[in-house]
Amino acid sequence: MATTATSPSLPQRLRAGDPVAHTLTGMAASFILAITALLLYHLWTGSALPRAEFGWGFLTGSSWDPVAEKFGALPFIYGTVMTSLLALLIAVPVGLGCAIFLAELAPRGASDALTFTIELLAAVPSVIYGLLGIFLLVPILQTTVVPALVAVFGFLPIFQGPFQGVSVFSAGIILAIMIVPFIVSVSREILLAVPQDQREAALALGATSWETTWKVVVPYALTGIFGSVFLALARALGETMAVTMVIGNKPEVSSSLLAPGYSIAAVIANEWAETSSGAMHQQVLIELGLVLFALTVVINGVARLLILSMKGGKK
Amino acid sequence: MKLSFRRKAVNAVMLTLTGACTFLVASVLLVILGYLAWNGLASLNLDFFTKLPVPAGETGGGMAHAILGSAKVLLAAMLIGVPIGFFAGVYLAEFGDGVFPGIIRYTTDLLNGVPSIVIGIFAYALIVLPMRHPSTLAGGIALGVMMIPISLRTTEEFLRAVPVSLREGAMALGAGKARTIFTVVIPAAKSGILSGLMLNLARVAGETAPLLFTAFGNQFWSPGWMLATATLPQVIYAYAISPYEDWRRQAWAAGFVLLVLVLSVNAVARFAIGRTTSRGRS
Repeated sequence: MATTATSPSLPQRLRAGDPVAHTLTGMAASFILAITALLLYHLWTGSALPRAEFGWGFLTGSSWDPVAEKFGALPFIYGTVMTSLLALLIAVPVGLGCAIFLAELAPRGASDALTFTIELLAAVPSVIYGLLGIFLLVPILQTTVVPALVAVFGFLPIFQGPFQGVSVFSAGIILAIMIVPFIVSVSREILLAVPQDQREAALALGATSWETTWKVVVPYALTGIFGSVFLALARALGETMAVTMVIGNKPEVSSSLLAPGYSIAAVIANEWAETSSGAMHQQVLIELGLVLFALTVVINGVARLLILSMKGGKK
Repeated sequence: MKLSFRRKAVNAVMLTLTGACTFLVASVLLVILGYLAWNGLASLNLDFFTKLPVPAGETGGGMAHAILGSAKVLLAAMLIGVPIGFFAGVYLAEFGDGVFPGIIRYTTDLLNGVPSIVIGIFAYALIVLPMRHPSTLAGGIALGVMMIPISLRTTEEFLRAVPVSLREGAMALGAGKARTIFTVVIPAAKSGILSGLMLNLARVAGETAPLLFTAFGNQFWSPGWMLATATLPQVIYAYAISPYEDWRRQAWAAGFVLLVLVLSVNAVARFAIGRTTSRGRS
């Protein structure tokens, strides 16, 4: 070609952009560091007032009176943890059952179609779940599910007292429905990553397909499955809208699941508009945000460790 | 023989049970779609897409302001979040060995796990507080921050999926790293990255919590970028918990519109990617 005449500069021209590309993309990456640092900075400095005033006692205090400036986070932490645990209790067996069916037992075509459907479910916005929670789920719970539960398990402390529809129980159920798709999709991928020879060995020994799944594949994938559960837990803890709409928004610690409660995310969403910047009330809400942030960072970290160790083991 | 029968029975029972679980969960989507269509379609008419809301108590009116508001907030979010995520993703895929990229990966995971309401607090402190009032821009920044981690991850993943032979081909012709990346690798990964972008947009389109104190809400049009604006998810929330029957009906209609938008974008993107693996906030 004609350009060979300028050959000394051609390789240089072809490489000219390298340092620029490296720097430019590196800057974008550094930007993520900056944003995260800024986020932490705002959460920390934004909550200086209540941290100085209440100290660690904030986490265990149970009175909530914005007018008297008395703030304790316990009812919110309690509501957040209870709804999330209830959600896990329901979602883990169901989600695991789905994942096993989709990854191990179902015929290929059916599995693909059902997986697609369940993953669309994960895309449904949380405000839609809240809408259905208020107008569809709560009435169903009120008329049929809860009376039946109370009739059988009414002696348990968790099913005491009147049921007004909006409650910790309702929030737990709606959260369960919301996190099942996540457990299914992550667990399914982890099951699919189990090496094929594990299955073949079990089948060759005469195991049925269920025995192969339950005694060989699931134990092999157990760490990763725990990872998917922690991932779902982190989502449940941070979920705002659906919980806000059905939990009842009452800052009380009650042993009964049928009583209304409150969650960290819900109180931030509800009371923010009543606060003014810099005021104690708003700073307390920011501190609650900090607590929620810390909770999810820890749970997500555990999830990632479990899933990574699983993926590291498979290769 | 007896043992064998028992084992076969267990096999059949567990197959049925897990299958029932799956159909139950999958049918939830049908219930959601059906119930929203049933309640929403009745209130859906041309006014819904073209008119402003009327005062509480009067019937009629629409949500044109919220539809436009959502579109503007999403546009802002995309312009803010996607370039950062994309270039950072290129960095991790192409220059991603060593300690610093490891730190970036960890931080991205961390940011991805931050609850959306906390992102709302952040955007409030960052934008609303200095500006002294909520705005379309603040909402866009909140959602933009949420888009960064997923944008980064899809970019990195699809760039890494490009066959080494393509890079080698470009390099063998004398192209430098930057030229290889921008003229060979990225075009090869383009459709995957675009599909990832669509999934990302669909995900933040339904976010409500971070908009509550950033875009806030508005009963009227919101010209420009510096005024509070209504968005579809925020209006659904406000109308759903309102005491007015007519508002609740409109909430159903808006919910149906939002759901159909989000699900169809999702379905198209997943088909385009050509496989059904999840690309959620995992």
